[in-house]
Amino acid sequence: MEHIKTVGCGECQTACKGIANQKCENK
Amino acid sequence: MIHQYKLGGYNVVLDVCSGAVHAVDDVAYDLISIYQTTEKDEAVRSVCLKYKDKGVTEKDVLSCYDEITYLKDDGQLFTEDKFEPIAGKLKQKTSGVIKALCLHVAHTCNLNCSYCFASQGKYHGDRAVMSFETGKRALDFLVENSGTRRNLEVDFFGGEPLLNFDVVKKLVAYARSIEKQKNKNFRFTLTTNGMLIDDDVIDFANKEMSNVVLSLDGRKEIHDRFRVDYAGRGSWEQIVPKFQKLVKARGGKNYYMRGTFTHANPDFLNDIKVMLDLGFTELSMEPVVCAHGDPSELTEEDMPIVKEQYEKLAELMLEKDREGKPFTFYHYMIDLSGGPCVYKRISGCGSGTEYMAVTPWGDLYPCHQFVGEEKFKLGNIYDGVSNTEIQSEFESCNVYAREECKNCWAKLYCSGGCAANAYHSTGSVKGVYKYGCELFKKRMECAIMVAIARNFAEENE
Repeated sequence: MEHIKTVGCGECQTACKGIANQKCENK
Repeated sequence: MIHQYKLGGYNVVLDVCSGAVHAVDDVAYDLISIYQTTEKDEAVRSVCLKYKDKGVTEKDVLSCYDEITYLKDDGQLFTEDKFEPIAGKLKQKTSGVIKALCLHVAHTCNLNCSYCFASQGKYHGDRAVMSFETGKRALDFLVENSGTRRNLEVDFFGGEPLLNFDVVKKLVAYARSIEKQKNKNFRFTLTTNGMLIDDDVIDFANKEMSNVVLSLDGRKEIHDRFRVDYAGRGSWEQIVPKFQKLVKARGGKNYYMRGTFTHANPDFLNDIKVMLDLGFTELSMEPVVCAHGDPSELTEEDMPIVKEQYEKLAELMLEKDREGKPFTFYHYMIDLSGGPCVYKRISGCGSGTEYMAVTPWGDLYPCHQFVGEEKFKLGNIYDGVSNTEIQSEFESCNVYAREECKNCWAKLYCSGGCAANAYHSTGSVKGVYKYGCELFKKRMECAIMVAIARNFAEENE
């Protein structure tokens, strides 16, 4: 029975005018 | 450090410092919550007792305990925070490098929105538009100070930037003429209220703008309450057809409908639904930023309503996924597999260091939200940054510079939050805008839940 399911270069971009939804743009 | 919460039918466990995301059953959820504070025998006994009527055996609980121990040993649960020593590394390494400018091409506006953080586009100063010469110098300043960065970003902002459209076009043409020679890649964005959109603007935006941000608050009565012209007339009827035409011409991509919700509409999900009904699918709805005491300011009474709206929005996104009509909400576009590196997560948005705002006459400010606040003036595009004291303040801004952030589960998602919001609510750029924090954490919980649900849906296809 499985109880648990497991789901700098500075080039990334600086809508709303949070970092979480940015993407890495570099490895 | 871990964070546990239940949402949308999922038990979620985040391992803050490894970034691992786990969806667990009730037994694991309870066992994880006491794993570090309770001896193994006692932990297993208490969980067995709780679930004895649900067919859970001691063997099940022991096996679950072993799973948790495996994840802990593998660095996916209860991971220690070892990031503080590297907190300033990215900014230190890139000190003096600028990669993004918010070009204030117009300190004037054809709308008179009472909730505007920029005092109807004038930023508490005189009306002004940027000349081509000033804009050209700003672009040269950006290139000169960009070091080895290849991707350079310029947002045409205001006020209403389309009031100075000819200069915008000339500046883009100038940038394109030098980017190959300078080995740079300019990415332009435009933030507009839509009033001046015509075929010329649409053609230009779709050719040159990597993203357009279109201001629409949703329901007509909500939008027209604040977003009026100088005669007091609402703008909804005028701009919606223009936005629809522009978005259609863009192929429905690379744009955001950007709404603001205020004390007048904490039930902002109704505005999101209106945007969807109008055919828009890339959406961003933001809490108002205004002075304390402003009638549009969100109140403590609004907080539970807004949080519930965020949860219902997450449910709506998943529902639309199932219907084959997906839409995007900016803050829920969390990329669990390709997000930013830990250095970026710690150092934040880069305001005042790699990102600056330029006024129509060429003064530099840490970002668009500080423009007009004289003490934050960094310098100008001719002589560069002269106010090194203020810049140092922004250089030292990071997650670990704020005591209250150090032990927060969301710190590597918000990166310490917005310096302007912190300053306007606490008087310090290193303060903590608590109301914004609460909303941010709720958004992250919803975003991660949506990512988990989509992961499960993909596996079941």
